[in-house]
Amino acid sequence: MDHLSAVAETEAPAQTLGVGSGFVIELEAFSGPLDLLLHLLREEQIEIADIPIAGIADQFLQAIHELGLNQAADYLDMASRLVRLKAQMLLPRQSEDDGWEDPRAELVRRLLEYQQIREVAVWLGRSAERRAEQFARGYLPPPPALPLPPLTLNLIDLLSAVERVLAGIPFPVLHRVVARPLDVESATRRIEGLLAEQEEIRWLDALGSEPTIVDVLSTLLALLELAKRGTLRLLQPTPFSPMVIARDAARSVA
Amino acid sequence: MTPLAQLLEAALFSASRPLTADELATLDPDATPADVRVALEQLREHYDFNQHGIELVELAGGYQILTRPVYAAAIERAQFSVRTPKLTAATLETLAVIAYRQPVGRIEIEEIRGVSAAGVLRSLQERGLIEVVGRSEALGRPLLYGTTPLFLELLGLGDLADLPKAEELTIALRPHRAVAEGLDDAAAYVEAES
Repeated sequence: MDHLSAVAETEAPAQTLGVGSGFVIELEAFSGPLDLLLHLLREEQIEIADIPIAGIADQFLQAIHELGLNQAADYLDMASRLVRLKAQMLLPRQSEDDGWEDPRAELVRRLLEYQQIREVAVWLGRSAERRAEQFARGYLPPPPALPLPPLTLNLIDLLSAVERVLAGIPFPVLHRVVARPLDVESATRRIEGLLAEQEEIRWLDALGSEPTIVDVLSTLLALLELAKRGTLRLLQPTPFSPMVIARDAARSVA
Repeated sequence: MTPLAQLLEAALFSASRPLTADELATLDPDATPADVRVALEQLREHYDFNQHGIELVELAGGYQILTRPVYAAAIERAQFSVRTPKLTAATLETLAVIAYRQPVGRIEIEEIRGVSAAGVLRSLQERGLIEVVGRSEALGRPLLYGTTPLFLELLGLGDLADLPKAEELTIALRPHRAVAEGLDDAAAYVEAES
């Protein structure tokens, strides 16, 4: 559960992504396109046997768009069937044409059949709930939720997924990551060179001209290392005064 | 209670699943099936008449001792046991199709529900509620599914005949149709499209 909620949190911004982001949000409210269609018919209080195809087709398209289901294959399939039926209903026909078959017949049959399955499903659900009210012996607590299985995907999958996500971000901010290792060795050489000429140097002298943050860190590490070796001594005469770097600890004490 | 009823009670108490009358009959070689039935009836009456907290229930073609529903809330509150989680709409719909149409293939299930069924079928199979009962003669010899005894157990049904009859439903069930015929329809549909 924790895994899922964590994923949901990190993916939350994905919902603001535009069309083509590749995310399909499945709604629990409807268990399929037939369910959605029945819902629309109930809302309009329409008899299944007499579906106004044109109106329902439009409503269905609007609904799957609003619900974000317009990328789900099952819903798209139903949408295309409805649009096709709408076109068939528009074709002119002669009133005395006895051979005419209502193009809606197949859809009506499916809806009735599905409605019946729903009725049975509700019955099954109630039975299961009643049965769950009774306990048998040998109860074992349910095992803790297993961690998610490790992902199995190849580099191509991963890269295309990254591309899909990036494509949906309006203004991608990309940071170029470059290696900038600390150069402690050259800082050490610089300090040793300076101390060869002078007995004492200041911290700012040791940094060199126009130091970057990397130079500062490298110099600090070099100083600490040299102090540990006993090559130099770090002095601070009074609190908050500039650091004094002195050559050869023993002599300066003497 | 007769000694046989006592023996059956002990066996049912020791089991963690429903035991069939045939299984129970093996406990005592001298007992006839009729004896077992009488003893079971005696046991059931004993629990009911003396107002026990448990009852003898006919389940999935067998018999099982279960707690009475009235105690469910208290037992669950004390965390001695938990109710089986509710089944989702997709699960129930798929089970409904399979229960009435078995043996039935994936394509027919998907045709009726209007959504792909592969995921639900796999999880139902993993939970042991459905099983592969054969293969259709149709093209590609698709797998055919049926319900298991565990399905009956989960729903508290004695057998499939306990499911609602066609005449009890608001809408009459479509007469069972061969799966192969369904595939022909699909083929005809594809031809009409092209």
